[in-house]
Amino acid sequence: MSSSPAGSLSNTIEEVTKHHTSAVIEAYTSSGDTFLRIEKESLLAVCSWLKEEHDFVYLADIVGADRFTSDERFEVIYNLLSLKNQCRLFVKVRCDEDAPSLESVTGIWPGANWKEREVYDMFGIRFENHPDLRRMYLPEDFQYYPLRKEFPLLGVPGSIPLPNTTPDAD
Amino acid sequence: MGIESALGEGYLTSRVDALVNWARANAAWPMPMGLACCAIEMMAFAGPKYDAARFGSEVMRFSPRQSDVMIVAGWCTYKMSHAVRRIWDQMPDPKWCIAMGACASTGGMHRSYGVVQGVDNFLPVDAYISGCPPRPDAVLHALMKIQDKIKTEHSVLLDA
Ligand code: SF4
Repeated sequence: MSSSPAGSLSNTIEEVTKHHTSAVIEAYTSSGDTFLRIEKESLLAVCSWLKEEHDFVYLADIVGADRFTSDERFEVIYNLLSLKNQCRLFVKVRCDEDAPSLESVTGIWPGANWKEREVYDMFGIRFENHPDLRRMYLPEDFQYYPLRKEFPLLGVPGSIPLPNTTPDAD
Repeated sequence: MGIESALGEGYLTSRVDALVNWARANAAWPMPMGLACCAIEMMAFAGPKYDAARFGSEVMRFSPRQSDVMIVAGWCTYKMSHAVRRIWDQMPDPKWCIAMGACASTGGMHRSYGVVQGVDNFLPVDAYISGCPPRPDAVLHALMKIQDKIKTEHSVLLDA
C-alpha cells in the first residue's frame, strides 16, 4: 500500500468496491477529485465503514443538488476528508422527487447536524433520525424550498411577511 | 468680531421653528444599522478623515432611543427586516432614514428571494444613496440633504 495521497485514495476505492460490492454504483475521478456514488440504502454502512477503516474522520460539507431529472431527481454529496491520509472523497447518493429522504449521518459525524438542516432547508430532503430537523435560514413557516429549480428567483410574493409598518398597531 | 455685532441692540428675533430646526439639523445623531459591506464605508464616514462630527452628527448611538437618523447600510433580508423595523419604531420622533447603497435602496445585486428589494418597503426613507458601496462623502451629502429637509419643517408651529 502506497502512502501517497492518491495511492491511499485509490486503495480506499478498491476496498470499498470489494467490501460493499452491492452498494457501489460507480466510482470515478473528475477534475482531480474522486467521487463514489452509492445506493441510498447503504449510506450509513458505507459512511461508518469509511470513517472507521479509512480515517475519513472529518465531514467537511454536505451539498444538495437538484438534477431536475424525472427519476432520482435529488442528489446529496458528502465531502469527506481524511486528515491522516491527506485526501478527500466525495460520496454521492440520489433520491427520488416524491418525499425525498435519506438516513441522517449525525450518528457518525455529529457535525452533520447543521449541514443536513441546511440541505433540508434548501431542497426539502428529509433526514431520518436527525436529532433536530428544523429549517436553518428561512422562517419556520416558509412553505417552499428555494434551491429547487422550479422556485422563482425572486421568491413567491407574500410568502415571507414584511414587518407591520403602522406603528403602535397590534 | 463676535455675536455682539449681529445682535445690534442686544437682542435678535427669530421663529421658534427656525431655532428648533437649526438645533435639530446640527445634532442629528445617527443610528448605525450596518447590515453588510456598506457598514465599512459608514465607519469611515464617522471616522476622523471624513468626520461626520463636523456636521453635528457627533456620535453614532447604538441605542435607538438616543438617535435621530437611521442609516441602513447594506442589504436587508426578510428575516432581518422585522428587527430593523422594531428598532426604527423605538426611535423617538422626529426621525429620519437614509438608505445607504444600492442594496438598501433597491436590493441591488442581491436580486433574490431572501432579500427585501429596497428598505423603503417597510421604512419611510428620506434619502437614498447610490453606489456600491457609496463613498463616505456621499453619505455626508445625504446627511446634508437631511439637514436641508429638517430646516424646512414646521413641526413646532403645527403642534401649537
Ligand atoms: S451596495 Fe454594495 S457595498 Fe453596499 S451592501 Fe450592497 S453589495 Fe455591499
